[in-house]
Amino acid sequence: MCLAIPARIVELEGDRAVVDAMGNCWKAKTTLLPEAKLGDLVLIHAGFALSLVDEEEAKKTWQLIAEISEFDDTPNKVSG
Amino acid sequence: MLDRINKAQKLINSACEALGRRIDIMEVCGTHTVSIFRNGIRSILPESLKLLSGPGCPVCVTDQGYIDTVLNLADRNDCIIATYGDMIRVPGKDHSLETKQAKANVKVVLSSEDALQLAKDNPEHTVVFVAVGFETTAPATAVVVREAAAESIDNFCVLSGHKLVVPAMRALLSGKNDNIDAFLCPGHVSVIIGYGAFAEIVEDFNRPCVVAGFEAVQIVDGLAEICRQLSTGKAELTSVYSAVVSEKGNIAAQQIVDECFEPVDGYWRGLGKIERSTLRLNDKYGQFDAFKRFDISETPSEERKDCRCGEVLCGLIDPPVCGLFGQTCTPQEPVGPCMVSSEGACAAWFKYGREKIHKR
Ligand code: SF4
Repeated sequence: MCLAIPARIVELEGDRAVVDAMGNCWKAKTTLLPEAKLGDLVLIHAGFALSLVDEEEAKKTWQLIAEISEFDDTPNKVSG
Repeated sequence: MLDRINKAQKLINSACEALGRRIDIMEVCGTHTVSIFRNGIRSILPESLKLLSGPGCPVCVTDQGYIDTVLNLADRNDCIIATYGDMIRVPGKDHSLETKQAKANVKVVLSSEDALQLAKDNPEHTVVFVAVGFETTAPATAVVVREAAAESIDNFCVLSGHKLVVPAMRALLSGKNDNIDAFLCPGHVSVIIGYGAFAEIVEDFNRPCVVAGFEAVQIVDGLAEICRQLSTGKAELTSVYSAVVSEKGNIAAQQIVDECFEPVDGYWRGLGKIERSTLRLNDKYGQFDAFKRFDISETPSEERKDCRCGEVLCGLIDPPVCGLFGQTCTPQEPVGPCMVSSEGACAAWFKYGREKIHKR
């Protein structure tokens, strides 16, 4: 559960952002990363942006997450 | 990519051959555990190199006393339990939060903000946020505690079980398992604390610490770097995850954690009590501390004797050595937390490792 997901900031007002990863959008906050700007790629964990991340790294992590969710979605689903 | 892996593999092989003994490398991150299995990394390593899954999955290291406390609070009609999904199936004495969820006062949240929102939406209930997770997750809790204070959301409180990785690594090397030769350090924990935080392990214990990302290439690169260091006999602190992790980490996140929490002695499954290893809300935010609000003292409770999660977490046994593995204990009906969490070593072995069981 320490996995952080790279996502792009597609809306930003104060520290309230909407982020997009692989076409999924959700709300997140930039309180912990005050330098984050609209359009930046950031790592999101538990609803907060933790760091900036570059395009290449984001792509690699998305791929890994897709694989891990495949792991989670098997009949042996083991987390809520 | 294949070139890089081949090169790293050669380096690993020649270093291991030169060392001529068994080498134990521990990863302290559930996501590494899954990625190592998923990518079949064990199968390309020499026999003498052993990968151990350490205390890197927050759900797994959470001690039974904390889980029983959460279950007791879930029995109260005046409380709503807000928890990350990972915790929901961890078995307590005779049930889990999932069975309580039927009672509708157990809510799964995706963020700490959602937990605070539950408190705002349910003023007649006290919302207890089950705050587990390592350094990666603690800042998110701190932010909402500060928000709750600023907005006087008095029906919100936090049962902090946040844990710190470095004290656990020290505890392992100081007693539980000093055979560990090196650590593959967790990537996303390092985003917050910075790779510099592992310097004390290198200096005090002379063990290589290498921070790696989660991709196969990064993990194999990390292992190769560790083997290189072991063969020279000089432990160093290295990050092969420099695209994301800096030496100092996220200072804003560290500051807010320091503002709200203080490290106290805490209990870990398998590792017992570790000095200054758990984050507890400090006096300034004491009114949001669920331990204080409900007058709960943190006492360890009995773990099931036949579940060997404790030894698994210390890297002393591989999951299949546990007599319940795959028989009584499966991901569908987990007995211990290492089988519940998708990042747990037992779950990963069950899914990927059963064909290749090494008993020790
Ligand atoms: S296999 Fe099950 S019972 Fe055995 S150590 Fe793992 S979680 Fe515990």
